[in-house]
Amino acid sequence: MSGTTVLDVEHLRVTFATEDGPVLAVKDMSFAVAPGEILALVGESGCGKTITAMSIPGLLPAGGVARSGTVRLAGRELTSLAERDLESLRGKDISVVFQEPMTSLNPAYTVGKQIVEVIRRHQSLSRGQALDRAVELLTLVGIPDARRRCASFPHQLSGGMRQRVMIAMAVACDPKVLIADEPTTALDVTIQAGVLEVIRTLCRTLDTAVLLITHDLGVVAEVADRVVVMYAGRPVEQASVHSLFAEPQHPYTMGLMDALPANALRSRSRRLTEIPGLVPAPVDDPDECQFAPRCPRATERCRTERPLLRQVDDRPDDHLVACHHPGREASRD
Amino acid sequence: MTELPTDDVLTVRGLTKYYSGGSRLRGGRHQVRAVDGVDLTIGPGEILGLVGESGSGKSTVGRCVTRLTRPTSGSIELLGQEIGNLPERRMRPLRQDVHIVFQDPYSSLNPRMTIGDIIAEPLRQQGLRSRLERRREVEDMLERTGLRAEIRSRYPHELSGGQRQRVALARALIRRPKLLVADEPASALDVSVQAAILNLLLELRQALNFSCLFISHDLSVVEFISDRIAVMYLGRIVELTTRERLFTEPQHPYTQALLSAAPVPDPIVARDRVVLTGELPSAAAVPSGCRFHTRCPVAVDRCRTEDPALTGVTSADHLVACHLVDPVRGGPDITARSAHADHPA
Repeated sequence: MSGTTVLDVEHLRVTFATEDGPVLAVKDMSFAVAPGEILALVGESGCGKTITAMSIPGLLPAGGVARSGTVRLAGRELTSLAERDLESLRGKDISVVFQEPMTSLNPAYTVGKQIVEVIRRHQSLSRGQALDRAVELLTLVGIPDARRRCASFPHQLSGGMRQRVMIAMAVACDPKVLIADEPTTALDVTIQAGVLEVIRTLCRTLDTAVLLITHDLGVVAEVADRVVVMYAGRPVEQASVHSLFAEPQHPYTMGLMDALPANALRSRSRRLTEIPGLVPAPVDDPDECQFAPRCPRATERCRTERPLLRQVDDRPDDHLVACHHPGREASRD
Repeated sequence: MTELPTDDVLTVRGLTKYYSGGSRLRGGRHQVRAVDGVDLTIGPGEILGLVGESGSGKSTVGRCVTRLTRPTSGSIELLGQEIGNLPERRMRPLRQDVHIVFQDPYSSLNPRMTIGDIIAEPLRQQGLRSRLERRREVEDMLERTGLRAEIRSRYPHELSGGQRQRVALARALIRRPKLLVADEPASALDVSVQAAILNLLLELRQALNFSCLFISHDLSVVEFISDRIAVMYLGRIVELTTRERLFTEPQHPYTQALLSAAPVPDPIVARDRVVLTGELPSAAAVPSGCRFHTRCPVAVDRCRTEDPALTGVTSADHLVACHLVDPVRGGPDITARSAHADHPA
């Protein structure tokens, strides 16, 4: 697999030192993304998905952060790079699209100027050439009348348009990896559909590897090729999107799917399935399944032995689950 | 609609709320028509879902109905009494009948009050009950909302988002209002917590028998919880009907586009979308004629000049504001252009 992947994350562990002691935000994450592939990282708030993603380009807050494990971009180790080297990498080889496009664009400059700045930082183009490229990019992400739009300030654009500008900026230098952190969460559904379409098209045409961070299983089903479900800083299930939605194996994944109103409607139930209990506080890393206290099928083994990510019998090779009692059937007794 | 207005818990007619905007320095004062002629009714024990995108005016309707803001014009009848233009002094005694729960449970609870005091506040404000009785009622509400009694002495920051939303519900319902306005009550929560809050709302409705105006941008949530659903676009209701009907035979082109754009948590469903062109026009410059015509894929000349009224064309309880709805054939099919029609999940 490693021969075809562009981003390889192995045994990533991120710890924050806080006043109340260390917080284990990410405990052990491993995954890989291939060019032209969209990998979705799914989980609820606090599961560590954003920290995982942001530690790849080194965008974690300074101070008190300990990171171990390996992050390789096209074979090059990133965890040991100096901040200066990372800086020249960001925007060129790895770019990030954040949730809130208004706070990530500079309100004092036109969008054209901001895209030109990104291009000229990484490529030796004249101002005029860079502007032409900016117009090209804005057209690519579906902004009509792109040349005129270059002269617009961010506040003159709608939320959907701003997010398209952010995406244009992110792919300006043909990055190998695009990290999109909840790119459509702040947008309306009719706008979201268009922005997701742009991300999918760009991923295919530019052969970019996309790491999509989201909490929304609807968005996952819509655009992702493969999915990693996270819980309490670890991957609990990893599969192709079709395999995951057809036969979810982990009780947590099933819980997330059953909790969706759309699925309750399908089964004509007037009650949604809840996941009882709370997400564990990220303060320790006990040798057990962290989902066990909330799991309807937890046994003694779950409370004493941490399940490893493994393949299960009747699923495809790339469908992995970290559970001692996986599968739909087990829940029906 | 066929019922007498007095049967309804809430009757809203011709509601408008205009804000004036624009910079005076530039000489350009203009009117933002946030709500521009809304009619709706909510029957006893009914949940009416109000769905729309940001800027459609759905929250403003909620704020007018609870009289957190004074409408520009129109009538709001709560339990048969006109409250649209009541002065605050005369509104106060009526506030026991209508309460609101907001989206963000972090900012809607006073961080310096204990949970017990927060829930008791509606009683204390009106000088009701003795201390002991208030305490008993708080305990009753805690139990009804699935919270442990010990939580009474805690502070909001010690609670999870889901617990805070339960507290907000307990506070809103302690006076047994006849109408609860829930403005995106579960949108800031994770799906597993959202599920618990929606279940709780249905349970409480069963037990305490209030009506509810449920405001949300999330179609699947609205479909799950509502008895009837109103779809808003740019300050107007464009379609209002029962939940089953809205999802099986949406008539307004905007409703159809909205249903088609909602992501379906199933990768096998055909990814055919009706992607709307153009952008939501500003509420400061509402288009002439039908306000959706600028983005409507099936608009005709008439749509550009004539404002369609919200009426029942195919049946009395399926109201739609579109010129193209036919009494026999129903609404225009904007998905017909793509090979297969999108089916709602």
